[in-house]
Amino acid sequence: MGGVLPLIGKRLLLGLVTLLVVSIIIFGAVELLPGDIAQQILGQSATEETVAALREELGLNRPAYVRYFEWLGSAVQGDFGTSLANQRSVAEQLGPRFANTLFLAGLAALISVPLAIGLGVLAALYRNSVFDRVANAVSLVSISSPEFFLGYILIVFFAVQNQIFPAISNVTPDMEMGERLYRTLLPAITMALVVTAYMMRMTRAAIINLLASPYIEMARLKGVPNSKVITRHALPNALAPIINVVALNLAYLITGVVLVEVVFVYPGVGQLLVDSVTKRDFPVVQACCLIFAATFILFNLIADVGAILSNPRLRHPK
Amino acid sequence: MLTFVIIYYAFLILACCVAAYYKYRTALLLLFTLLCVSLISGLLFGAEVLVNITICVALLAAAAGLSYSFRESLIQVLPPEGAKLMRTAPLTASFGLLVIIAYVIAAVFAPLIAPFGEAEVVGGSFAPPDDVMLLGGDQLGRDLFSRLIYGARNTVGIALMTTAIAFIVGTLAGLVAAQMGGWVDQVLGRIVDTLMAIPQLIFALLLLTIVGTSVLNLTLVIALLYSPLIFRLARAVAGNIVVMDYIEAARLRGESTWYLITKEVLPNITAPLAAEFGLRFCFVFLAISALSFLGLGIQPPTADWGSMVRENATLISFGEVTPLIPAAAIALLTVAVNFVVDWMLHISSGLKE
Repeated sequence: MGGVLPLIGKRLLLGLVTLLVVSIIIFGAVELLPGDIAQQILGQSATEETVAALREELGLNRPAYVRYFEWLGSAVQGDFGTSLANQRSVAEQLGPRFANTLFLAGLAALISVPLAIGLGVLAALYRNSVFDRVANAVSLVSISSPEFFLGYILIVFFAVQNQIFPAISNVTPDMEMGERLYRTLLPAITMALVVTAYMMRMTRAAIINLLASPYIEMARLKGVPNSKVITRHALPNALAPIINVVALNLAYLITGVVLVEVVFVYPGVGQLLVDSVTKRDFPVVQACCLIFAATFILFNLIADVGAILSNPRLRHPK
Repeated sequence: MLTFVIIYYAFLILACCVAAYYKYRTALLLLFTLLCVSLISGLLFGAEVLVNITICVALLAAAAGLSYSFRESLIQVLPPEGAKLMRTAPLTASFGLLVIIAYVIAAVFAPLIAPFGEAEVVGGSFAPPDDVMLLGGDQLGRDLFSRLIYGARNTVGIALMTTAIAFIVGTLAGLVAAQMGGWVDQVLGRIVDTLMAIPQLIFALLLLTIVGTSVLNLTLVIALLYSPLIFRLARAVAGNIVVMDYIEAARLRGESTWYLITKEVLPNITAPLAAEFGLRFCFVFLAISALSFLGLGIQPPTADWGSMVRENATLISFGEVTPLIPAAAIALLTVAVNFVVDWMLHISSGLKE
């Protein structure tokens, strides 16, 4: 086990570096604006004095790298500056919304992960059967459909034609758990549909790949019963690809949330991001992007570390 | 309604029995699953669901029949080589081809097919469907059907152009990286890693905030964000080619890098790249539709499927499904392309299952 810790440490360091580079891109992108933020906010008709005054107020007169380190420094401490649109603290707006988004994504993951792995393993075991073909076609259709299509279909069926769920998922912080769950279920199912399809296909491919390897054939030739081949020989080795698949799809889940939140008017980070993009509210956009990117990198990191931990060959590199 | 339900179940049970008697295992399993699903959903949601299921099954059967006859007639019409290829095509692939051809026709002949112009106001806002407006009007009273046809031209055209740009950039960079190796490869690889570390939709939103929303910006931003994936594939497949002896021979002949890339490497990697083009087109198409749906992509009054869904979304809460038709058009094309790509991959991998 001696080789594992440095290996994982290296990965974590690499992830941190990536995050740093990404933060530079997110900050630098806004710097690339024609003119600068002050000019953009006030528009073409603004006089030179008002632009200069706003520039002073926002601290734009100092060099970019100084402002970058200030921004990064306070961002690490949870302070993302103030919104340009309503002068409120960005962190204050972001906090509860981030919790909502995590709740939605978590619920979707809770539905989709067991379902996808179960279906994927079954499809791989009964390859080329009716079940496999139908599952394949259905998952292809749900991958190919835009999230808003699936979301609206669910709304039409479950909220308009049969009034079982609300069409608009307006959750508030002081809501009880049951009520919150009930209102979040429809958007969560929408996201779960897409992610389950992806995960199922990837799990199926991983297992089929595994079942084709020589040691499985060997076990079969030895006369090991089919159920034992699966549980004793295949599943322990399938863990690595499955962990990878799950982590990668959770990373996708966290970004796929944007469209679903807009469809269901769910008060999450995605909705805030889209609103702020329309209003060109740069501090909020930067903060949302940083949060999404950090989560994305984190899950990719988990996928990497999981792959290392569950695969002895990676654990002891030659 | 009662007669319909009775006929529905009687027909299904009869079909199950016939399938069981003649030992059509696949058909029996499918029919029996359908029976169970109808029973459960019928109990949960009432008899209307059964009508919906019937419509869905009828549509599926019609699609299957259409693609079967399309394939068989293509086999008859095409020259021997094409016919041989078509014989290997599964029904899904022939369905995909059919749909793609239909979209191409709609896009090319849009002004001839559409009864009205794309920005022409014809009737009242949200007018119900009638003889003049086949699918009714949108929120400004424009003909939804005409806009749907023009949408094929705008949405698909822009997505195709974007994919093409992403492809040219990604493939060229990938080939250069594979051919040159060394620090060029390293630098390009690191740039691509960083670009891929940010989720694409989020990055697109960030960049569009900065450069503003226009068709040109949208095309360039999406092309930039999707070229890294193509770079990786091109780099990987070209990496296997550049170590071949004939590349070495060409290099010793004193050929330039440009010659090596275009004349020696590129012809050998077209098959995987073609399949990749189809797949990437789907992703780009979905991304552009998503951005248009969020109001940040193709701007009005240009007819575009993503923004059409957003503009008419209020109708959905009244139980109308017309706003879903553009979304369904998006889904249908993506499914069709995926079916064809699956078939192409199957052919090129030489798998015979």
